[in-house]
Amino acid sequence: MVALSELDAEYEKARRDPAFQEELQTLLRDYVGRPTPLYFAERLTEHFGGAKIYLKREDLLHTGAHKINNAVGQALLARRMGKPRLIAETGAGQHGVATATVAARFGFECDVYMGEEDMRRQELNVFRMRLLGTRVVGVGSGSKTLKDAMNEAMRDWVTNVRDTHYIVGTVAGPHPFPTMVRDFHAVIGQESKHQIQEHIGKLPDALVACIGGGSNAMGLFHEFVDDKDVRLIGVEGAGHGLKTPDHAAPLNRGSKGVLHGSLSYVMQDERGQILPTHSISAGLDYPGVGPEHSYLKDIGRAEYVAVTDKQALEALRLLCKLEGILPALESSHALAHLSTLAPELGKDGVIIVNLSGRGDKDVHTVQEAIG
Amino acid sequence: MPRPAGIFDNTQMGEACLAPTDMNKLKNTFDNLRDRHERAFIPFVTCGDPDMRVTKDLLLAYVEAGADIVEIGIPFTDPLADGPTIQRASERALASGATMEGALEMIADVRKKTDVPLVPMTYVNPVYQIGYEKFANLCHKAGADAVIISDLPPEEGAEWSAAAAKHNVGTVYLLAPTSNDNRVETVAKATTGFIYAVARMGVTGAKSDVPPEIGDLITRIGQHSDTPVCAGFGFSSPKQIRETCKSTSVDGIVVASALIDCFEKTSGSASERIAAAAKLAGELKAATRP
Repeated sequence: MVALSELDAEYEKARRDPAFQEELQTLLRDYVGRPTPLYFAERLTEHFGGAKIYLKREDLLHTGAHKINNAVGQALLARRMGKPRLIAETGAGQHGVATATVAARFGFECDVYMGEEDMRRQELNVFRMRLLGTRVVGVGSGSKTLKDAMNEAMRDWVTNVRDTHYIVGTVAGPHPFPTMVRDFHAVIGQESKHQIQEHIGKLPDALVACIGGGSNAMGLFHEFVDDKDVRLIGVEGAGHGLKTPDHAAPLNRGSKGVLHGSLSYVMQDERGQILPTHSISAGLDYPGVGPEHSYLKDIGRAEYVAVTDKQALEALRLLCKLEGILPALESSHALAHLSTLAPELGKDGVIIVNLSGRGDKDVHTVQEAIG
Repeated sequence: MPRPAGIFDNTQMGEACLAPTDMNKLKNTFDNLRDRHERAFIPFVTCGDPDMRVTKDLLLAYVEAGADIVEIGIPFTDPLADGPTIQRASERALASGATMEGALEMIADVRKKTDVPLVPMTYVNPVYQIGYEKFANLCHKAGADAVIISDLPPEEGAEWSAAAAKHNVGTVYLLAPTSNDNRVETVAKATTGFIYAVARMGVTGAKSDVPPEIGDLITRIGQHSDTPVCAGFGFSSPKQIRETCKSTSVDGIVVASALIDCFEKTSGSASERIAAAAKLAGELKAATRP
């Protein structure tokens, strides 16, 4: 608790410190590669024959996903607090790679916790982290995925809190992580708002993003929450289908519970035991979700749908074929919802999809799945 | 918002359980120990590892071996505060079908056989699903004396504390060596029964040294509160316990992983394994005597 209140206080100070903000902005521009383009996906738009589709190209960022926005911000914070060591949990490995990257860049010691199942399916990212000088610690407990990696990272943190900062990779966990991680990713929505005005002179009709813990979605949505005419749509992993137990869709099928220090929708049984999840995408394979998404759902501001593994794979192939872009399996979930949404909004509609990461890391999984 | 079905709605426990909780039981235990210049020995069992019957026998064997209080772990799928030993025990228990109802029935059963204070320990989500008020009432009816909810800090625990107080069940909050004096004061005020001093940074798990920071933490707690302070995390040997009792004013020592390790490692029938763990418990208890 003391570590959390210290972090909260330090973050509040940093947020208001022009020097901190300036350093962050410079790094985001010169090291991370911001702003990212908002790209009009002409052929994808034609394909669905409905709304205009714009892709927010977070996949073009250094390390290949949005996760680096938060990793850079929290690394600067860790340095302010004088902590020489970073730890992180990772599912798909994107947050792990981002953390390993900033650890190398700023000279932190770094350990990343990763479920053994995820180490297998995201082998490339495991190797990347090791190249960057990070120790990847396999987690063999529970379901051997993201949830268990987060458990283990928290256990490490309570043991080594005096010299270690835990870079939580999503908008979940105890306060201040959900708000802090959201703030570091809010640049996605801020840029998108500006860019779409330049493209079409108005706001879009809908934003679409995939939801595991929900960081890329929160980053895109945050700037638009007060723009009531813009629909906010989060897409969860329906795995083998919402009618089966094999999915990762707490906002669609979960109930209210406490996991990893926040009260949110959780996949659990009637006795409050956390249920195993399944998604082809390691980054979405998590039984909880950021509490602010639960709030946006409860007040009716955001909608949450889910697409299956199969639909996500189809979307991945479609984007490759039509736009020459290989999206991450996570982001492919957001893309898969377009087949419903684009026709529904019609030709006058405008959609921004957060293309949160690139798919190089997923080629093995895709190969296995489609043969 | 959908809520899981109320699994306790038709419980028979209200009728089945006698011996209502008496919060004074904990106080009397500590008073008596102080009179004898003794510290409390608090062994820990994981409910349902490997099944409820064995847990009950093990618990009663610990009482026989001199346990002053027993901490009763009710397993949760994601025990964040626990190291590998208790994680494994929890996984075994859940795999063999351990539930909250089963745990409370077992506690009620044990309560009929002993007056030793019983302190269930669990995590907040299973409690949240039942509802704080209802859980406090169920614990009271089962004869539990105080409850530990590891991942519910007092900063978030007002609702639970009120429910527990209403049903005459104590609330044990945890304090770590990193807690500053402000927090020590807050936690001490919110705690009833005893304060659980986390003897070392980290999670549960057997270690061999005398935790270097526990003395300072206990002294600081003592400046804010008269509530007894028991230390846990990493106690495993009589020598280490004797030295901790000698060098600090700790009121009790919790031993969990070392006993589970012993039970795990011993081969043979359940009663042989229980006997081995109880023998260790007896040695650990002896170390808390002057």
